[in-house]
Amino acid sequence: MSVAEPLVLGIETSCDETGVGIVRGTRLLANVIASSMDEHARYGGVVPEVAARAHLEALEPTITEAVQTAGIRLHDVDAIAVTSGPGLAGALMVGVGAAKALAVALGKPLYGVNHLVGHVGADLLDADGGPGREIELPTIALLVSGGHTSLLHVRSLTDDVELLGETIDDAAGEAFDKVARVLGLPYPGGPQIDRVALEGDPRAIRFPRGLTLPKDLAKHRYDFSFSGLKTAVARWVEQREDAGEPVPVADVAASFREAVADVLLRKAIAACQDRGVPRLLLGGGVVANARIRQLAQERADAAGIVLRIPALSLCTDNGAMIAALAAQRIAAGYAPSGLGFGADSTLPVTDIQV
Amino acid sequence: MLLAIDTSAGTSVAVADRDGGVLSEVTTLDTMRHAEVIGEMIREALAQASIAPARLSGVVAGMGPGPFTGLRVGIAAAKAFALGLGKPVVPLVSHDGVALERYRAGRTGPLLVVTDARRRELYWSAYGGVDELGIPLRIGGPGLSKPVDLPHSDLPRFDAASVSAGQLGLLAERLYAHGRPFAEDRPLYLRSPDITPSAGPKRVTR
Ligand SMILES: [Zn+2]
Repeated sequence: MSVAEPLVLGIETSCDETGVGIVRGTRLLANVIASSMDEHARYGGVVPEVAARAHLEALEPTITEAVQTAGIRLHDVDAIAVTSGPGLAGALMVGVGAAKALAVALGKPLYGVNHLVGHVGADLLDADGGPGREIELPTIALLVSGGHTSLLHVRSLTDDVELLGETIDDAAGEAFDKVARVLGLPYPGGPQIDRVALEGDPRAIRFPRGLTLPKDLAKHRYDFSFSGLKTAVARWVEQREDAGEPVPVADVAASFREAVADVLLRKAIAACQDRGVPRLLLGGGVVANARIRQLAQERADAAGIVLRIPALSLCTDNGAMIAALAAQRIAAGYAPSGLGFGADSTLPVTDIQV
Repeated sequence: MLLAIDTSAGTSVAVADRDGGVLSEVTTLDTMRHAEVIGEMIREALAQASIAPARLSGVVAGMGPGPFTGLRVGIAAAKAFALGLGKPVVPLVSHDGVALERYRAGRTGPLLVVTDARRRELYWSAYGGVDELGIPLRIGGPGLSKPVDLPHSDLPRFDAASVSAGQLGLLAERLYAHGRPFAEDRPLYLRSPDITPSAGPKRVTR
């Protein structure tokens, strides 16, 4: 194997996307994603058992397609990588079981890696398959999806990642889904809120910013909370309805979205300033939200912070970022994970590899 | 020669051969740690049989019935292993392996195979005996039932705490040798994903 540029196949099954990616070092060769999102639509959110069943069905065709896209044979890979956590336990286990069997069948080493650190590793890759790039370090990373909302201080991708804060209740993506339901919009909520918010005034309603009061900041300086915001939106809408008044859906969506974007970026920028780190990296599916990207750029520019946002196909959950992170661990000389690890739904970010 | 994997109860991995029989079998009754043990157990079964993966002609997957989370680990592993080899997956009903083992141990006639489905329910399959090739004849199931409603309750009942991958491997060899069909390539969950679609948002104010 080329230790500097190993050929790695990565498997990601931590939530509702079955992702298989193939990289050679930092060059992206394939990034295939099968999503069970549509199956969750009638439930209004990700149902773990539905997601796990879908992973089992999607895994084989997704691996096959990735291998074809990359133009390699499965036997050519130098190593297999898999997300061992954090995520939904039953969903993670499908990927872990498959990755172990594949590694034994091929006689290749196996690397179990951290999903959140994988999101940071996505920035190594060029979505169009061009040469990869170094991630400028240290960096603050804000990772926001339906499954997680985390703020990291990354000093080294392969061996020094610190969790600064995370959500203490709902993930930001979940809040989008729940508010969309309150407004009678379909699942997934993020794109729907984004769509109707275009016509709305983000300053129309002042919704609360969770954990930003001085008393909260003392204990939760970098933590997030979206549960209170979600309830505030629901209450506001109900009061309108009870009074027989029309609900200004666009204004509610825009004001809600503004509250989420504001609190996410306020804390991320504060982390950059507190830590003296002039770089911010975004990751996770919520990055698809136009207002969050726009506000991130405005505030980063104002604070003299360099903002990095990987291509959306690498921001949502995917196997390529898992392969890329494992490739970095291999290049740094780390030994494989062995076969004995399990799925760890609460794997801490300090465990970059299990 | 086949690798066989079953995680419908504990975890069982075996190498079976039409002529040589069960060459190796590794089994644990632990019903919680399927994902942790599956890789080592596959490696161990191959090592005990002194078989390199390339010599296998397929991979048997016990499709259940069994508790979802564990069951899926074995099926995912069987499929991925087969993909790595470029060889087919052979899906079988896990209870058929239990029945084969009983008949090979000398039982004759009807048999009701029962395994734990958790939540105070049982998985069951009913057999009428074996055919001329010694292949168990399933006459009912696999099904899911409360203990009081268990069908075929007049049949001699066998409660299995484990499913032998070795027996599934033997069964697959027999079926293949005589051109008989395998099971459907579909996990036997026998339960819906256990949720009811939401009836819309709940009020937060009264
Ligand atoms: Zn993610």
